[in-house]
Amino acid sequence: MTIEGLLLSIAMAAAAGLVGCFAVMRRMALAGDALSHVALPGIGIAIALGIHPLVGAATALFFGAVLVWGLEGQARAATETIVGVVFSVALAIGSMLASGEQLIDALFGGAGVLRPAEVVFGVAASCVVVAFVLTQKNKLVVMLVSSEVARTAGISVRLLDFLYLETFSLTIALGLRYLGALLMGALIIIPAATAKQLARSLNGMLIVATVIALIATLAGSALASHLHRESGPFIVTAAGAIFLLSLLYRRR
Amino acid sequence: MTNILDVAHLTVTFENVEPLHDLSFSVARGASLAVIGPNGAGKTVLFRAIIGAIPHGGAVHWAEDVRIGYVPQKLDLDRDVPITARDFLGTQKTLAAVSDADISDALKRVGISAEVTKTPIGTLSGGQFQRLLIAFALLGKPNVLLLDELTAGVDEPGQRQLNELVANLQRDHGLTVLFISHELSVVYQYANNVLCLGRGMAHIGAPKVILTPDLLREIYGAPVDYHIHEH
Repeated sequence: MTIEGLLLSIAMAAAAGLVGCFAVMRRMALAGDALSHVALPGIGIAIALGIHPLVGAATALFFGAVLVWGLEGQARAATETIVGVVFSVALAIGSMLASGEQLIDALFGGAGVLRPAEVVFGVAASCVVVAFVLTQKNKLVVMLVSSEVARTAGISVRLLDFLYLETFSLTIALGLRYLGALLMGALIIIPAATAKQLARSLNGMLIVATVIALIATLAGSALASHLHRESGPFIVTAAGAIFLLSLLYRRR
Repeated sequence: MTNILDVAHLTVTFENVEPLHDLSFSVARGASLAVIGPNGAGKTVLFRAIIGAIPHGGAVHWAEDVRIGYVPQKLDLDRDVPITARDFLGTQKTLAAVSDADISDALKRVGISAEVTKTPIGTLSGGQFQRLLIAFALLGKPNVLLLDELTAGVDEPGQRQLNELVANLQRDHGLTVLFISHELSVVYQYANNVLCLGRGMAHIGAPKVILTPDLLREIYGAPVDYHIHEH
């Protein structure tokens, strides 16, 4: 792996670990996974228009987060159903627009040579995600406990919710290059779910999730490189293995 | 005495249901208002509407200096999240600019030991958790407390202690308290006024004046037994 690749994967893992903690605690593991599918039609349209797929994916994810946010604001309780339907259809449309190798790359990530712009975007986006979680974690915690308590404590609940969903989308976007839309959702959720099992405090959970995401990314990349295979599936399998070990540890 | 809250013609509509219709009442500064009524009468909806958490018709006017502490009945939280009581109270360091000493002081006032704050909040008992929520509210230096069934799921001695805790805080800090309760004896003991909601009706007045067997039967749709603790 190149220095740029290493830097990008470390930044991506840190962002995924941190943002995932609140996704798991907010019980949006499945909604988050569905949201990641919306990247595909964006990639398809971008390829058709001849622009960088990442731009199309990021744009589609931005509006996907707006949609989830808008649905959350409705009093009706059918959000999960609508999210499931809309984003599964997005996956179908994405498959129609892109084909063959492009689609496999979009779903599971592709190797190829990293362009400087991709490295800059990845590291900058990771910094934004990490900074958001670390500066807003107190507000996010209060909102987790009770949105009414958060509101009376002076927190703009709807705005914070919107910013969190957009941060989540950005995290998926920055993992598309390596892991693809399907596997990045897994790197966000699995280390955080593992940390939830193991940690005894908020900071403990944030640290454990980040460390697990880093270990999975580095170990998965190293193994994939050794076997001359794509790194995405190895990274997520490594994360899954750590999760299973954590279940055994909890049983003891 | 000036009012800290004036509500005029408050209406809340969900789809085809209207849990609150044309409700008007006021709360004097330092007073204690109980809200009672059967399940589904709109008590929690009323609290959520007056803090602006749900859309509503009519006007809700709080005094300009109002600072609200809210203790909810239902939590949005999974019980197994690794957030400790200290993590939760610690958020007030940035939200309300309080110090560690303020947090220790709030814990002492609500009767939570330092040891308990190191455990995840999901493992706290019902009474301890309610105390924690009160401590969080106190750190925001409120002048109004909204308590949504504070003692639900708490054992009898715990209920008495929580009610006494709130009464003492109200006396010491001149707080205005709005509380939802199903315990009529508690309403008699602690409330200056009671707002009865149910079956599309609303009545407000001093408990001893308006809580007649006839009104309770009208609101609850069935006879209501209760006893009054004389202290």
